This record gives sequence, C-alpha cells and structure tokens, in this order.
Amino acid sequence: MRRSRGISPPYNKNTASSTVLRLPIPAQVHIPMKMHSGKPAIPVVKVGEDVKLGQLIGEMGGYVSSPIHASVSGCVQSINDRDPVTGQKAVSITIASDGLNTLCPNIKRPNVRTLQEFYDAVRDSGAVGLGGAGYPAAPKLAIKNLEELDYMLINGAECEPYVTSDTNTMVADAKHVYVGVKLLMEFMMPKKVCICIEDNKTKAIQIMQETFAYDSNVEVCVLPTLYPQGERKVLVQNITGRIVPEGARLADVGVNVTNVTTVAVFARYIATGLPLIKKVVTVDGPAVKSPSNVLAPIGTPIRELFDICGGFVDEMPKIVLMGGPMMGYAQPSLDVPVVKTTNCLIACTDSSSLRKKVTACIKCGRCLSVCPMRLMPPGIETSYRTKNYEALKRLRVNMCVECGCCAYVCPAQRHLVQVIRLAKERLWLEGK
Amino acid sequence: MDKLTVSVSPHIHYKINTSRIMLDVLIALIPAFITSVIVFGARAAVVTCVCVISCILCEWGFEKITKRENTIGDYSACITGVLLAFNLPVTIPIWQAVFGSAVAIILVKQLFGGLGKNFANPAITARIVMFLAFSVSMTNWYSPYESTSLWVYPIDGVAGATPLALMNSGNTDSLPSIMQMFLGVRGGSLGETGNLALLIGGIYLMIRKVITWHAPVSFIVVVFGLSALIGQDPVYHLFAGGLFLGAIFMATDYVTTPYTNFGRLIFGIGAGLLTVLFRVYSSYPEGVSFAILLMNILTPYINRFTETRPLGRVK
Repeated sequence: MRRSRGISPPYNKNTASSTVLRLPIPAQVHIPMKMHSGKPAIPVVKVGEDVKLGQLIGEMGGYVSSPIHASVSGCVQSINDRDPVTGQKAVSITIASDGLNTLCPNIKRPNVRTLQEFYDAVRDSGAVGLGGAGYPAAPKLAIKNLEELDYMLINGAECEPYVTSDTNTMVADAKHVYVGVKLLMEFMMPKKVCICIEDNKTKAIQIMQETFAYDSNVEVCVLPTLYPQGERKVLVQNITGRIVPEGARLADVGVNVTNVTTVAVFARYIATGLPLIKKVVTVDGPAVKSPSNVLAPIGTPIRELFDICGGFVDEMPKIVLMGGPMMGYAQPSLDVPVVKTTNCLIACTDSSSLRKKVTACIKCGRCLSVCPMRLMPPGIETSYRTKNYEALKRLRVNMCVECGCCAYVCPAQRHLVQVIRLAKERLWLEGK
Repeated sequence: MDKLTVSVSPHIHYKINTSRIMLDVLIALIPAFITSVIVFGARAAVVTCVCVISCILCEWGFEKITKRENTIGDYSACITGVLLAFNLPVTIPIWQAVFGSAVAIILVKQLFGGLGKNFANPAITARIVMFLAFSVSMTNWYSPYESTSLWVYPIDGVAGATPLALMNSGNTDSLPSIMQMFLGVRGGSLGETGNLALLIGGIYLMIRKVITWHAPVSFIVVVFGLSALIGQDPVYHLFAGGLFLGAIFMATDYVTTPYTNFGRLIFGIGAGLLTVLFRVYSSYPEGVSFAILLMNILTPYINRFTETRPLGRVK
C-alpha cells in the first residue's frame, strides 16, 4: 500500500487534557439556518415567539439538509435575511435568552427499532459532519447497498493543529461514542468498525481501546500523525488500502466515514432526546490567555468563548480563526456565532506571517511531493492564469480537498489554495 | 472597532523561503570553492568574486532599468555567478568573465522574465556562449602545481589539457591518477575538479532536502554504466570532467529541470546518455553542459509527460 502524503506542522495540542469549561447562558444567540452543506433550513418560528431549549426552530430545507434547534430558551428577537456580521445573504434567527434554559417539553427519546427509524433519529438529532465539512449525517449514512458496507470508519484522527474537541469527545464522552457505534453496528451491520486516531492522542487511544475491549468487530486503528490524516479519502486509503475513484462516493468502495463527535451527537439524541444544541469548542492560539475546551451553546458569539478563557494577551488579536489553522476560516469579527461545525477557535497576536511577500514560483516541486491527492498545484496555477480550462480539467482541480499542504510548504509563499478555489469556481461557471 | 485580518487558509506556513533554499545551495558550494582555491590558487577566488559581483550588478541594473522588483535578495544571482565561475578555466580574462555573467543574467534569465521563468540554466548557457565566443581562452587549461616537484603532473603547463581532452585525443599515458582526479588535482574548469567537495555539497543538499537524489544519481549512474558499456574507462568519465558539478548543481536547478520525481529521473538519464554521446562521438571533449542544456529544453515536455496521476482519477 502506498503511504499517503502530507505534512507535519507543529501540532500544538495544548488543550488535550484540559477540563471543559461551561459557558454561562449567553444573553443572546444568533443561529444561522445554514450550518451544514446542502439546502439551508427554513425557520418555523415567528418573531416574538417563545422558544424552549431544544425546540425545533428550523426545519429541513430538502433531503440534504439538517434541522436546527434552539440552543437557549427565550424569545425570538428577529429573523434576519442578512447575516448581521458579514452582511451576506443568509437567513438566521436571533433569540434573546430568558436565562432559564427551560427544556422543551417535546424532548423525549425517539423510538429506534428499525433502520428507517434509526435514520430518522439521526436526521432529527441535527447531526452533521462535525469534522468540519458539515455534510448532514442522515443522508450520508443512508447507503443503498448496506450489505456491501465493509468498513465503518469512525474518524477521530483530528489532524488539524490545536483542535482537541474530538479528542475530548473520545476521552470525556466515550459512553456516547460507544452507544453510537453500537447503534451503527446494529442497524447498518458493517463488517468492521474502525476507530481511527492519530498516534499523538495516547489518552484517546487508551480510552477507546478500553471502551471497545470486548467488541471483536471494533478495532481502534492507530495512525501515524500526519496532516491531513483525517481527510476522508486519505483515511480510507490508509485504513483499508482502497482508493476512492474520482466522483465516486465512499459507499461505492464499501466504506463509510463518520466523525466521532457526530456519532456521539446522534447517540445522545437517541439516548436522551437532546438534539445538537451545544458544542465543545477548543479555544487556543498564542493570543489566548488560558487555552481550554469550552462547552458552548450554538449561536453564542465567539467573543464570549474567548472571555471565559481569560480573554486575550493583548487587547485585540490580529487574526481569529474558526476551525484549525490549515483549513479554518479567518473571521471578520468577534460577534460571529459558534455554529454546529465549529470545533476550534484560534486567536493569534501576529498576522505578519500571513502577509509574507509572494515571490516567483521556482518550480521546486515541494507542493507536488506533499499533495495527498497527488495533484500538480504549479500546473493548476499556470492553467488558471492562462485561462486554460481544458488543462484545469485534465489536472483534476476539482479533486483538490483544499487541505492546504501545498501552500504550507511553498517557499515562494504562493496562495495556491486560493488559486485552486478560484479555478474550481471558474470551471463551475464555465460549465454552467 | 475590531480590526481582524481575514486571509485565506492555510493560516500557518512552513519556515522556508526561496532565499533560504538558495543560501543552502551557496553553502553547499563552499567546499568546492575552497578546493578550487587550493588547486588553482588565489585567481580562482578572484574569478568567482568577479562573476558573483557582475551577476548581482547585472540583475540589479536590469531590474532597475525595467522597473522590476529587485530580487538580488533571493541569492539566485549569486548562485549563477558561482556556478558560471566554476565552469570557467582559472586563466579566463576578467572582462570575459564579466561578459559571461551578463549573458547569464540578462540574456538567459531576465529577458525571459527573471527567476522561475528562464527555460535554460543561465550558468550553463553562458558557459556555452563563452565556449563558442572565446574558444581559445575557454580551453586554456592551467595545470595546477606544474612547477611543484612534489606534484609530478604530466600535463604541459599553461597550454595543458583536461583529462577528458587527453582521452579524446587518445593520449592516455599522461592521465592523472584516479585519486588525483577525485580530489581535484587536475586540469579543468575551476570548480569542476573537486569531485569530493562537490559530493559533500550534494550530500548536504540532500540532507537539507533541497534536492532529491533522482536527477544526480541517475545522471551519474548512466554516465558510468554507458561509458563502461562502450568500452571506455568509466571511472575517468566519472571524475575527469564536469559530471559532478553538472549532476549535483546544474541538473538539480529547480527552475530548469522537471518538478516531478519521475521527471527528474528521466532528466538525469537523458542528460547522462547525451553526455556520453557528446564526450565520445562529438569533436568536443566535454559534453555535460550541452547535455544539460538540451534536457533543459525538453523539461516542459518532461513535466507534461510525467504529470502526476491524481488519486483515484478516472480517465
């Protein structure tokens, strides 16, 4: 088996053994209707309506969509057409908290006896791919040819630097991981379940091994620490040796990959009836006084998470990221809310490293040697600049997973991921 | 008001830049430079300095005139200067060295768009231009230690010949020993003779992961194997010419060689074949520079031919 390629950035898993801080009930939450890929959810509450904790406030907007629930009890203050922070066109609901967190009376354990009921429960839990992609869990698990499902990979690789929220799930919420894996085995009957963890997370490996000590079908697979180990196609290649063909789904090679926290989320829903309304978020970075994991209601402004971690070293950080440093998104403001897929917040005091001068490509080939998808970033870049769309197709720019390894190693500091995103968009527009 | 930088991922970068890579190449050239000064005397240092300074001045001047960004800070002009000097005989007139530097930087590099855009190796091309323009002074091989009784050296003094030239003319009796050639005590261009020093530099570059083994190893192996195959002395082909300088420092120049490892392998094999071909069957004794230049021209095609196969690509 050919080993996948990648990089070894400084991992900075400072919060791996930190206790989870509980955020006080926020005064106001701001819940976007699109925290997943696919169709946005549609609000089912009205302005001025009272909502309870865990109440459905956004119903699925299509098959590939996810329901959204109130993360505090209180009153719906406004339903916005535009995101108040970014100004982008996106529906969101603002709830003013009453500070009580009264549980919604409708919350009860779902009946899960058949596969369909299991899928329904996964859907109703609001679970989405919490590794970052946010693909709704229910359509992802709804595989047509279940008898051909050889591997169910539970992704706890967590290859991004800083992030420890999945580690936290495995260490502190092993019970729900266990329940979730058991449910998956019961209803989907994969031939084998692998809990995939990078070898730098010894505590998580130990606890998962103890948890699944008596399950012969469940193996804790320890992977070398190599970014992007948690990328699903990379994971499939490294665990099963199978290569997912271009354009095919993982199910086509008999594999399913589900994030470990996603598993815990729908397991909790099936066990308690509580949907996804809170998220453990790693708050770290050089600008944060005391980095920690924080349990935050979805919709909380990220400012409050930094505040509970002792605030910033300086008055104001220079750059704030949601997600890891390799694939996360730089945030324009501290008022943006925590969303379902938020696993990490990073604040840095210095943005100078990001403003390094871009120099000419010297064709050193470092980007080629680290690309896990074995693409050719220099060729893509040239083809994009010369508007050679045939070459972009030939070079399979659409297969790029945007892991950022190429830009990470580039000695000329070229913005390769940005160019690739632009090239993808350009191809999409051309195809329209 | 919050003032946050919004930039595209990834938000961290590896601590590397072009200048650092070029600096590593310069460091790797130091042993060969020292060897050249020991073997050929202080004039070797003078020629090297002249080439480096004129390369930097040419780059600076050209970019000033054309209002391009100043790039002398990336050390690439320094490397071109050193490599060009290493390709010249120690007796080269200074003005010719300056001319060669101008050809390398202005004609071969800057007129094609500067660093990263030139298709041919500037130092190699300038050497070939000089070889054709100043064929007398470019083959005026000074024989080191000719007057020292300690180093009995059979080649005639000032108008001596390189071991390759001797082999070409069938005069095999007066060849230096293998150890002499390995250490660099022989006639030749000032930087090409110190094979041991060049090897040390190459190993340094590989440890620093600046170059991969593909091009140099395949280049050297092919020259060795092929020359043995056609009945020549392979060890002399290894050490007698500019093979090590070419294979380690020219065939690994990022800009003018393929960027896929398979492509680098093809480059090395091709350059090795052409080198032996030129050395044995052409009227010139040396073939490394012609071979590398020809492979430089083929590089875009090699890159195209060795395009990587994306993981799971469907035709």
